[in-house]
Amino acid sequence: MRLAFSKEDLKMEKMIKLTIDNKQIEVPQGTTIYEAAKQLGIEIPTLCYMHLGDMGIEHKPGGCRICVVEVEGRRNLAPSCNSKCEEGMVIHTHNMRVLNARKTVMELMLSDHPFDCLVCAKSGNCDLQTMAHQFGVRELHYKGEQSTYKVDYSPSIIRDMDKCIMCRRCETMCNDVQTVGALSAVNRGFESVVAPAFEMDLEKSTCTYCGQCVAVCPTGALTEKDHTNQLIRDLADPKKTVVVQTAPAVRAALGEEFGMEAGTLVTGKMVSALRQLGFDKVFDTDFAADLTIMEEGTELLERLQKHLDGDKDVKLPILTSCCPGWVNFFEHHFPEMKDIPSTARSPQQMFGPIAKNYLAKQMGINREDMIVVSIMPCLAKKYECQRDEFKVDGDPDVNYSISTRELANLIKQANMDLSIMPDEDFDNPLGESTGAGVIFGATGGVIEAAARTAYEVYTGKTLEKVDFEALRGMDGIRSATVDFDGLPINIGIAHGLGNARKLLEDIRDGKSEYHAIEIMACPGGCIGGGGQPLHHGDSSILKKRAAALYREDEGKAIRKSHENPYIIKLYEEFLGKPCSELSHKLLHTHYFDKSNEIEIE
Amino acid sequence: MAKIKLAKSKVDKLVEICKSFNNEGSELINVLHKAQETFGYLPAEVQEIIARELNVSVAHVYGVVTFYSFFSMVPKGEFPISICMGTACYVRGAEKVLEEFKRQLNVPVGETTEDGKFSISCLRCVGACGLAPVVTIGERVYGRVAAGDVADIIKEYQS
Repeated sequence: MRLAFSKEDLKMEKMIKLTIDNKQIEVPQGTTIYEAAKQLGIEIPTLCYMHLGDMGIEHKPGGCRICVVEVEGRRNLAPSCNSKCEEGMVIHTHNMRVLNARKTVMELMLSDHPFDCLVCAKSGNCDLQTMAHQFGVRELHYKGEQSTYKVDYSPSIIRDMDKCIMCRRCETMCNDVQTVGALSAVNRGFESVVAPAFEMDLEKSTCTYCGQCVAVCPTGALTEKDHTNQLIRDLADPKKTVVVQTAPAVRAALGEEFGMEAGTLVTGKMVSALRQLGFDKVFDTDFAADLTIMEEGTELLERLQKHLDGDKDVKLPILTSCCPGWVNFFEHHFPEMKDIPSTARSPQQMFGPIAKNYLAKQMGINREDMIVVSIMPCLAKKYECQRDEFKVDGDPDVNYSISTRELANLIKQANMDLSIMPDEDFDNPLGESTGAGVIFGATGGVIEAAARTAYEVYTGKTLEKVDFEALRGMDGIRSATVDFDGLPINIGIAHGLGNARKLLEDIRDGKSEYHAIEIMACPGGCIGGGGQPLHHGDSSILKKRAAALYREDEGKAIRKSHENPYIIKLYEEFLGKPCSELSHKLLHTHYFDKSNEIEIE
Repeated sequence: MAKIKLAKSKVDKLVEICKSFNNEGSELINVLHKAQETFGYLPAEVQEIIARELNVSVAHVYGVVTFYSFFSMVPKGEFPISICMGTACYVRGAEKVLEEFKRQLNVPVGETTEDGKFSISCLRCVGACGLAPVVTIGERVYGRVAAGDVADIIKEYQS
């Protein structure tokens, strides 16, 4: 991976003229043949190349050899993704020689790939399958040895390395982007494979379950643990009351699975689809996000007040704790700092105990007869709801979590077309939310929501403008100072764990000037989560999803968490006040030093 | 960190080795060389400590260790036998020599005899192709080895 050139850099570069498929083009020196062709509208197929422009992520190992092109005058075909354009080059991307080579490479890849396409979790969404089809591969001329690896089932991610084509995109995401270091290419030659250290199971590695490896895997080698069948069984069980909560980022991406434009909001359609599927109540994680703001915002103000009062022991900056991938990250990599993040649980895990302790009582049912399901853009959420501290006598507060992709499949399985579903509203009381809850799904959203409430609670004044535009955007690390009526509050934001690491190292070294920091594990925030419809490397999709959430926020009648009438009622009837004893019991958590849990076998 | 099962003196030695390379992640291969020279092999615990000291992931260290055939995760014998399988040695019968070592010592490639005396590994070219086929035992080089010589060579180390 390396940083792409900025426009300024390119201006200083020499321009180069070349011909691709009989079309002339002029590009700055240093441009690859692949990029130049793209500018001409020629999409050269590739299985390993990956470019997430806005995030500065470029992966071009030149390994898959699918993107080869013919350069006149050269003896060998050139991999276009890592061959640079040169003056006067004449390139052919689809002549007989190229097409034959590409097909042969594909056939060789397929000769060491299982033939279970029909039942593979990735079927229909697999780049390898799509390309084999595109190249017209109808028979395999090569028979050779096949890899056989044990399938690795973790709570969130399934690794089936027989299906790995060694594109090594997952390694780039895990090591360069996320700096998690759970995966590496190991062994050599035919034996080489991407694996955790000592080829242990993922569960025993430093994996955070962020799922970014799954999001970029071109085959079925990395997939999510599927909870759909369990859900179908529970929905069919008349003894069970099944309630669902949907995370903010889901509504901004689900439509893509039904052919809708990225950034189409499908909130109402999703609600009616969930009701059709048979959920007894359709609620919104955004309600729990509002609740999170009440708890986390109060904790921030408490710590801030102590700090202002001269308490030297108070831990600042406070770090957000909504993101389970991020929680796993600091438990593994920065356990010495585990008392800095807010103790507030994530919205998913706040929703669970409110549903099972408050709502169940209102509905007159027993805790064990209620199944709480969450729809999440995230794979780490699957692990999060299995954590022991989120269970009461073995019964999880949230029974299981399914991803946006799994929900899309379930809706299709039920013969529904989301695009023609009517718009319906969430059920109450746990379906009412504010604009502040909605923006939780995008990077900067959690801290903006917190700022809206913390400002008004701290100053006692009403915000003239609720939009904190300085906190928005796609830069990996951002900072802004918010004026709390004369008190400057320094806010830091990081998305992507590699960026989070930088902010954490600053805190550890005593260099951090921030009062509060928001961290989301996935690039873009939850909208770019590992459980979302695959963006296939197109970062404009992430921007459209983020814009959709801000649009929904703008359209909401109430845009500040503390003004949510059902949140006010919940505190009056049940919790007392934010950070009360009952709140601490139900809505807060504690963190563990996971660094000792790495076992060596 | 993992539950380290190494003696403290060994851990200290490893820390010292890493320090002699300025704890630079880019010096990983040199550090592994030195560590293997010191301990004879690179068990998981050693890799964990090196990863910690050089601030690189354990997965990466393991990736490098498994990539290069020189590095070993199992202890080598007191007398490590390496049979060259480079092109010149191969065409002049290295495979038969290898088979004979395996048969006489009753261990496969990459493993060590039960008494810990001998281990067998293959390597690719020691730069003495004129002497093909070549076998090295420790620092000693044997040239023009035939399968019939194997028993005598082993005998040299058994007294």
